[in-house]
Amino acid sequence: MQRYSRDEIAARVANDIPDGAYVNLGIGLPTLVANHLPADREIVLHSENGVLGMGPVPAPPNEDPDLINASKRPVSLLPGGSYFHHADSFAMMRGGHLDYCVLGAYQVSVEGDLANWHTGEPDAIPAVGGAMDLAIGAKNVFVMMEHLTRTGESKIVPRCTYPITGVGCVTRIYTDLAVIDVTRDGLLVTDIVAGLSFAELARMTGVPLLRPHAESGST
Amino acid sequence: MIDKTVASAAAAVADIADGATIMLGGFGAAGMPSRLIDALIAQGAGDLTIVNNNAGNGDTGLAALIKARRVTKIICSFPRQVDSHHFDAQYRAGLLELELVPQGNLAERIRAAGAGIGAFFTPTGYRTLLAQGKETRVIDGRGHVLEYPIHADYALIGAERGDRWGNLVYRKTARNFGPIMATAARCTIAEVREIVPLGALDPECIVTPGIFVHRLVPLAGTRRATS
Repeated sequence: MQRYSRDEIAARVANDIPDGAYVNLGIGLPTLVANHLPADREIVLHSENGVLGMGPVPAPPNEDPDLINASKRPVSLLPGGSYFHHADSFAMMRGGHLDYCVLGAYQVSVEGDLANWHTGEPDAIPAVGGAMDLAIGAKNVFVMMEHLTRTGESKIVPRCTYPITGVGCVTRIYTDLAVIDVTRDGLLVTDIVAGLSFAELARMTGVPLLRPHAESGST
Repeated sequence: MIDKTVASAAAAVADIADGATIMLGGFGAAGMPSRLIDALIAQGAGDLTIVNNNAGNGDTGLAALIKARRVTKIICSFPRQVDSHHFDAQYRAGLLELELVPQGNLAERIRAAGAGIGAFFTPTGYRTLLAQGKETRVIDGRGHVLEYPIHADYALIGAERGDRWGNLVYRKTARNFGPIMATAARCTIAEVREIVPLGALDPECIVTPGIFVHRLVPLAGTRRATS
């Protein structure tokens, strides 16, 4: 079995974003998606601090401290791009105007609940940013994450044990092992990494999974 | 004649009293009114409630205000950052109260205050820890949380250019919270890179109309690092 690398996961996400889409890439792993967007598609990146049409990281010395992304890193603006204040920016998010957002996650539940903002540990300083607005606001919420924790437990769970970010909001999960759609009927596996069987994936995931072509779920 | 220009940052913040609620513009360092914050630190007001997206970065601006122990409560969305050490230390020591607000709720609560809205229902945060104890309602089949406006005594914001009526334009992503905070405070103080003659700002492009701005401090003799 050859697990997908982070860049391979990002490339798969990027390939599923169509021409003309308005997209927000969350901080962390999802930022890699920007490097893989197909050059022949016009995809408009949104940053919640107030940019549409965000372009690549500028080469020194062209960084501008007044032009940054949500991670507070220097970025650039593409022709056609615009700036706006925070209430407008979150109207775009909450108001359902973004076609896609891509977020990292600690856990996703079988019903598409997302946990990605807080470990809930007593000594952790909580920080949420725009995660909850993106989770409930974007038309499609893609999650990018490792399939398993470092200790080998599935991050796809019957019910999130970490504090949730949004209820039933995840559309699709991209991991280093598989691509899984969250559907009304359950979790539908649409792709598995080469060398891994459906049965083995289901065993590692530990929740009921559906195969395409209407085969019943396996545990 | 209207002239909202104040000669110095010190004069602009002189009447801020202990216990005030102050909105600070800026997302990280972009748009943060550092000169006004420095003047506020020198002025000495304490027991402040601060509204900002973050809880200070590095050792300047809001971080310096926290370091000086002038802040007792922060209302923000994202306090924890790699360089938020002054906040982290005081929070862990129990010296600082934190009200954590999802970023869009923070923005909309500020906007609502400025727009005279009594409260609003939002789907953001529904059934999460950050909605605990709050009134909820299902509207069109979707769960919503009741959120109240955030009013402030003062808003300190940064802008690029202004005129003596207080009309403002911003620069790139330094705009962020400036335009909404300006509407939500009893007294809005803007530090601007440049003051231009009345009529020089294109009326089609003014972002904050002067009615929302009460004092204007030019950053004379200072230059921002710009490309």
